[in-house]
Amino acid sequence: MTQLPTHTEKKLGLVIDLDTCVGCHACVISCKGWNTENYGAPLSDQDPYGADPSGTFLNRVHSYEVQPAQGDAQLIHFPKSCLHCEDAPCVTVCPTGASYKRVEDGIVLVNESDCIGCGLCAWACPYGAREMDAAEGVMKKCTLCVDRIYNENLPEVDREPSCVRTCPSNARHFGDLGDPNSDVSKLVAERGGMDLMPEQGTKPVNQYLPPRLKDRLAQDEDQIDILAPYLAPVATETKGFLSWLDKTLEKL
Amino acid sequence: MHPAPSVIFFSTFSGLGFGLLIFLGLGMPATTGFSAFIFFAIAYLLAVGGLISSTFHLGHPERALKAFSQWRSSWLSREAWCAVAALVLMAIYGAGLVFFGQRWTIIGLLGAIASLGTVFTTSMIYGQLKTIPRWNSPLTPANFLSLCIAGGALMAGQTTAAIILLAIAGAIQVATWLRGDTAFADSGTNMATATGLGNIGTVRAFEPPHTGTNYLLREFVHEIGRKHAQKLRIIAIVLMAVLPIFFLLIPFNHIMALLAVVAHVGGVLTARWLFFAEAEHVVGLYYGKR
Repeated sequence: MTQLPTHTEKKLGLVIDLDTCVGCHACVISCKGWNTENYGAPLSDQDPYGADPSGTFLNRVHSYEVQPAQGDAQLIHFPKSCLHCEDAPCVTVCPTGASYKRVEDGIVLVNESDCIGCGLCAWACPYGAREMDAAEGVMKKCTLCVDRIYNENLPEVDREPSCVRTCPSNARHFGDLGDPNSDVSKLVAERGGMDLMPEQGTKPVNQYLPPRLKDRLAQDEDQIDILAPYLAPVATETKGFLSWLDKTLEKL
Repeated sequence: MHPAPSVIFFSTFSGLGFGLLIFLGLGMPATTGFSAFIFFAIAYLLAVGGLISSTFHLGHPERALKAFSQWRSSWLSREAWCAVAALVLMAIYGAGLVFFGQRWTIIGLLGAIASLGTVFTTSMIYGQLKTIPRWNSPLTPANFLSLCIAGGALMAGQTTAAIILLAIAGAIQVATWLRGDTAFADSGTNMATATGLGNIGTVRAFEPPHTGTNYLLREFVHEIGRKHAQKLRIIAIVLMAVLPIFFLLIPFNHIMALLAVVAHVGGVLTARWLFFAEAEHVVGLYYGKR
């Protein structure tokens, strides 16, 4: 059924820390690796070694430059995958019932054997979270690694999405955002987690933690370099060849 | 949005076909026998041909029957139901006219309503999308429906009605363009809300996630041809409304009527191409594009 459930028992999702993401794309690679070898159709590539390569990815890392009104520009790496929205517009537009939101944990999934590949769900998603696989002709999206998080064949430490498990800078966190006492909910409360495109009314479950305030050393009036006094020029009047050259060039 | 030829042809020709079915269902013109057969054959060729061409863009057309299951939430599913209802009802109604010389008024009326419903549900597939501000407006169904009815009147040879309806459709088309031009800015979605970084400063896309292209860019970020948009709009409105009205106003003959139909179809195809090519999906913001 592509009607959305009125309530889900859990709201499993990701919290992505824009402050600590270093933009290494390890999550992109581990996502592609896990999801091409496990649940559903593989994530195909077209012309992978040719002149015009492209392929299906469930997670991509953008990089943005943000220029404040005053001070230096910041570079912010921005991983983006399905946000498992509460009011997921991709689910309700699906004509076949292939897209659905699970009542037990809120994960948005695609039943690939029902998908006709019309692409309307990708049109309805504001985040670009869904990609049609060019080889398979069905819609692919993040499953929140549904085949890892409940998988008792894996060691407990691995029962989280592949991207979270892989992230070397701990910029990705996984948990139940419907439980105010969960670690992820506390993190969101503490760091002021935010929705992407809130005006689209999708109520995303995934939250983004904004970058912390940056140091502003370059703008500070006070000299904070404690070595500076020792590095001050010793000779105030120059002598010798370089002095002559300097003066001669000045006069020209 | 990528202007896929299959969807442009589908929406143009099926719109025209269902428009003709609406007038046939209402008994305009009140033909029977062979003349009715010709009218119904043309309408079915257009409507069914359009529907078939729409399946060309599916990844798995063999599963298309599943699309009837989600009418509670999905406009695409509702469209499938309306189209089948319209085609079945009008087939029964048409058989009465062609083979029995009988006009079963109620069935014709229901068929006309279902035909109108088909075009309305088609337009709502686009009109419902908040992600494409240019389409997300009551003007989208108004645009599709007015063109469908005007085209139907033209095909059904209802000269007086066609002149008025073409003028209305043309006016709605212009209004749709004018509103659409500011829709993206008015939607409130921009790079600041897309990234949530707007409160720090001005956001600029620094580096895309990949060196190559991808499905999202191919499907949603279509920038080719926009520079000719104004010229194409003039061509579209002249072909779709101005010329057909001119051909209908001069004393009637079949050549002029044919020219009016050809011009109208050319105009609607151009407008429909623009409908897709000019539409900007908010996901383009993540790529610093629109």
